[in-house]
Amino acid sequence: MGNFRYFTDGLLRQNPTFVLVLGACPTLAVTTSAINGIGMGAATTFVLMFSNLFISLLKNLIPDKVRIAAFIVIIASFVTIVDLVMKAYTPGVYASLGIFIPLIVVNCIILGRAEAFAQKSSVIPSLLDGIGMGIGFTLAITTLGSIREILGNGSIFDIKLVSENASTILLFILPPGAFLTYGYLIAIFNAIKSKSNI
Amino acid sequence: MAKKLESTLRNMILSLLFIGVGMSAALAYVYILTKEPIEATAKKAEIDAIKQVLPSFDNDPTKDSKTEENLTFYFAKKGSENVGCAVKTYTSKGFSGTFWLMVGFKPDGSIHNIMVLEQKETPGLGDKMKTQWKNQFNEKNPSQFKMKVKKDGGEVDAITASTITSRAFCDAVQRAYDAYMKIQKP
Repeated sequence: MGNFRYFTDGLLRQNPTFVLVLGACPTLAVTTSAINGIGMGAATTFVLMFSNLFISLLKNLIPDKVRIAAFIVIIASFVTIVDLVMKAYTPGVYASLGIFIPLIVVNCIILGRAEAFAQKSSVIPSLLDGIGMGIGFTLAITTLGSIREILGNGSIFDIKLVSENASTILLFILPPGAFLTYGYLIAIFNAIKSKSNI
Repeated sequence: MAKKLESTLRNMILSLLFIGVGMSAALAYVYILTKEPIEATAKKAEIDAIKQVLPSFDNDPTKDSKTEENLTFYFAKKGSENVGCAVKTYTSKGFSGTFWLMVGFKPDGSIHNIMVLEQKETPGLGDKMKTQWKNQFNEKNPSQFKMKVKKDGGEVDAITASTITSRAFCDAVQRAYDAYMKIQKP
């Protein structure tokens, strides 16, 4: 039963976005809509899951001095796989995420988990950690994307909530809105976390 | 548990070689697997865009196309009758760089419809060009319709707070029209 903790760690206690504050670049850049958040989150979760799995499997075969190079090759391969698959089957999301799909390679959540967790742990905890961290990241950036889309564009998942000509709070779609929303969400998350002692 | 490999030169080379070869093989396999769906998706997107901007046709315009100076012309036919030409055009004068449009011309040179293919304009401001705003170009013939925003002495209503985007849009449409006229008179 102890293994389940590795999964929930990523969701709450060590949420990569709100607690570890890792991977802020995609978090801020792609969250202009809720669907972008889900797409980015799903792609990252996939990469994180498989890179953690492979690195924990291969950890004894990778000499310490070349571990970073080895990790990057493994991560980059999975990112390229995601890139090709998304290009083939979800062209809409692929078009709006654009350059940020290849940039998952340098998302520090992934290298961070490889370095801090997967290379020291056995296979099952690593896989659970990858899934937990990935889902934690997905939920966080989807929340961020939803808030920005509602306030800035008056819609959620492309469904209009206000009339076509109503003026919305444009600021939230633009980069400053990302920082504002992110900051408030971190504050709220930490307030809840410290009160409930999870 | 097996012992971790020492960082000797031989071990490092073998380990990286092993990972490199294994990962390349996996990538090659996925590439072959997704090659056809990617091409099919790209072609479908192209045909969908052409369908949006032209009256109904029944040939395959992606086969009957030609490219000149970065513009691609797709000729659409219904039976043997020429119903128009879709031009994939661009401008580099956008507020955030280049954007691409698909403009559908009827045989007489008037615009049937326009579709935005790829753009990075400011969300909420410049990207309003995707909305009904662009419908003001429909049924207009650029030979009589002055393709410039009103501020520059033309007849196009600019998007509020996005004059640069509106100008760039006109630039792209004008480019498509000029090129289309040029290839019609060989």
